[in-house]
Amino acid sequence: MTRRFFIPRDAAALAVGADDVARAIQRAAAIADQPIDVIRTGSRGMLWLEPLVEVEIDGVRHGFGPFEPGEAQALFERGFESHPKSLGPVEDIDYFKRQTRLTFARCGVIDPVSLDAYRATAGYAGLTRALTMTPAAIVEEVTKSGLRGRGGAGFPTGIKWKTVLETTSEQKYIVCNADEGDSGTFADRMLMEGDPFTLIEGMTIAGLAVGATKGFIYVRSEYPHAVATLDTAIGIARRAGLLGTAVAGSSHVFDLEVRMGAGSYVCGEETALLESLEGKRGIVRAKPPLPAHEGLFGRPTVINNVLSLAAVPFILSEGAQAYADFGFGRSRGTTPIQLAGNIKHGGLFETAFGVTLGELVETIGGGTATGRPIKAAQVGGPLGAYFPPSLFDTPFDYEAFAARQGLVGHAGVVVFDDTVDMARQAKFAFEFCAIESCGKCTPCRIGSTRGAETIAKVIAGEEREANLVLVTDLCETMTFGSACALGGLTPYPVMSAIKHFPKDFGHADQRD
Amino acid sequence: MSSAPASADLDLVYAIVARLKHDDGPLLPILHALQDALGYVPPDAVRVIASELNLTRAEVHGVVTFYHDFRQTPAGRHVIKLCRAEACQSMGCEALVARAEQQLGISCGHGQTTVDGNVTLEPVYCLGLCATAPAGWVDDRPVGRLTTARLDAILKEIA
Repeated sequence: MTRRFFIPRDAAALAVGADDVARAIQRAAAIADQPIDVIRTGSRGMLWLEPLVEVEIDGVRHGFGPFEPGEAQALFERGFESHPKSLGPVEDIDYFKRQTRLTFARCGVIDPVSLDAYRATAGYAGLTRALTMTPAAIVEEVTKSGLRGRGGAGFPTGIKWKTVLETTSEQKYIVCNADEGDSGTFADRMLMEGDPFTLIEGMTIAGLAVGATKGFIYVRSEYPHAVATLDTAIGIARRAGLLGTAVAGSSHVFDLEVRMGAGSYVCGEETALLESLEGKRGIVRAKPPLPAHEGLFGRPTVINNVLSLAAVPFILSEGAQAYADFGFGRSRGTTPIQLAGNIKHGGLFETAFGVTLGELVETIGGGTATGRPIKAAQVGGPLGAYFPPSLFDTPFDYEAFAARQGLVGHAGVVVFDDTVDMARQAKFAFEFCAIESCGKCTPCRIGSTRGAETIAKVIAGEEREANLVLVTDLCETMTFGSACALGGLTPYPVMSAIKHFPKDFGHADQRD
Repeated sequence: MSSAPASADLDLVYAIVARLKHDDGPLLPILHALQDALGYVPPDAVRVIASELNLTRAEVHGVVTFYHDFRQTPAGRHVIKLCRAEACQSMGCEALVARAEQQLGISCGHGQTTVDGNVTLEPVYCLGLCATAPAGWVDDRPVGRLTTARLDAILKEIA
């Protein structure tokens, strides 16, 4: 009997040696003369266990990890149960069992570029239903689900779609923002590498809903594996008639193209992204006009994050209510939270909104990787606030974070232990803004550099009080005077660091 | 990767532009294709692209210089990118950067190449490998859970 092995080809798994492990297992199986079939999958998201090898035993997938090439031989010699890295059935692992995997249901489970495997797991059921509906009914379904933009701003997706549907242009576009630049986030990458057909299906449904015939996926250049997987999957979908001039045999036209960014954080801002797609410098546009009215090449454009579009097939196949049944307050559905940085159990954790930050980093994440006490968690990427443990009762919810001068953003959580110096983190926030500023507006272009200089003076103990007043004033100018979120939200990490960690901004000789 | 006089590569520039110029918004795909083929975007190419796309040289130059990816001079034979964003900071990436700088004798700040042209060391801000930090990229492969020992092994391997 040929035994099935599943080994991730996700970039994070590759970065810790998944290819070496796959080769070692093939070799060990050949030596033991046992026929095996190795299926390369996406990642389950339990990244501290990568490379995570799964073996199908009596129809149940058992996990082994973090696996090292030298441990392959023991799998075939000593039996599976007694292997030192045996974790038991993968789906019984507490971290996995506690999740609600809607968007990531297939990620880590199936071969990402097998259309058969996708269809066998309810793939394209959403599109099949959408093809029987009017555009307005599809938009209504998405609106009723309560889905809000997963890129960070949390704008209701259905309303965006409705605006584009109501325009009369002959050419409309669907643009997927896959410029996932926030440190601590990798959900878009994991989905594109682990289940690209979900995104393709979601974009196709969006096309039907608003009357767009062409879509672009703008992927950052730091994600070459995602680009390759998407290109392969799009080719397969085209050959199967799921993209092109007759989508799934209907009279609808929709095709997709992947475009690669070129190393610019600000291109994750939607109007800068559109400029970049048009072949220009990624300079932020003034709004209005909204992209929904004048977007790519001046045409009405739906621009959504990967996870927003990837949630759509479930909403269409299972119904708006099934999605809205999950969630908390006005944050409906699930969100794939990413636990990163100095954390013991780092990875992706998809769950309904409402779980508290403390539960996430302490219980689910298991505290720091270094074993030291947690000092701060930055939520929402480089523009997100630093929260001290005293705020860890904050529930994961757009409004709850906003009420505490923070943001959920793209749901990345970066944990720091007590060795972190928050004044340096505040300085870095300004420096990062200076590196990535597009230069269009003065508060961001100049303010970021002046801010870094002023924090440097605070760190050096130079007129500490006066300089902190200056930083606070500068942050206010950036908040209200910047053209986009880069300059407008850089004050979040800076001011939260000053507010919650005042000791770190003390005189040089008084600092911890 | 070639460091031959750019004029020798002009045929290639024309071929790439001809292949992609009719796409929507072709400038970034053209620059990527050019850099894939030559390792950088030679100054001569800017003139050709501008005239073929009916843009000014200033416009093309503006795009080349806006994006961190595009190089105006060739990189070293090996490229090491070390992530310096927050998740990697929390796991000690700055110590690794300092070690790489010291061993190679160059600065990571804005990217530098060793005098022998062997290694380019560059900063990068997030590779999406934030739960296996500190992370980086060595030539065409991602690396995670970097330690000083692993970094030393990498530097030795490509020396």
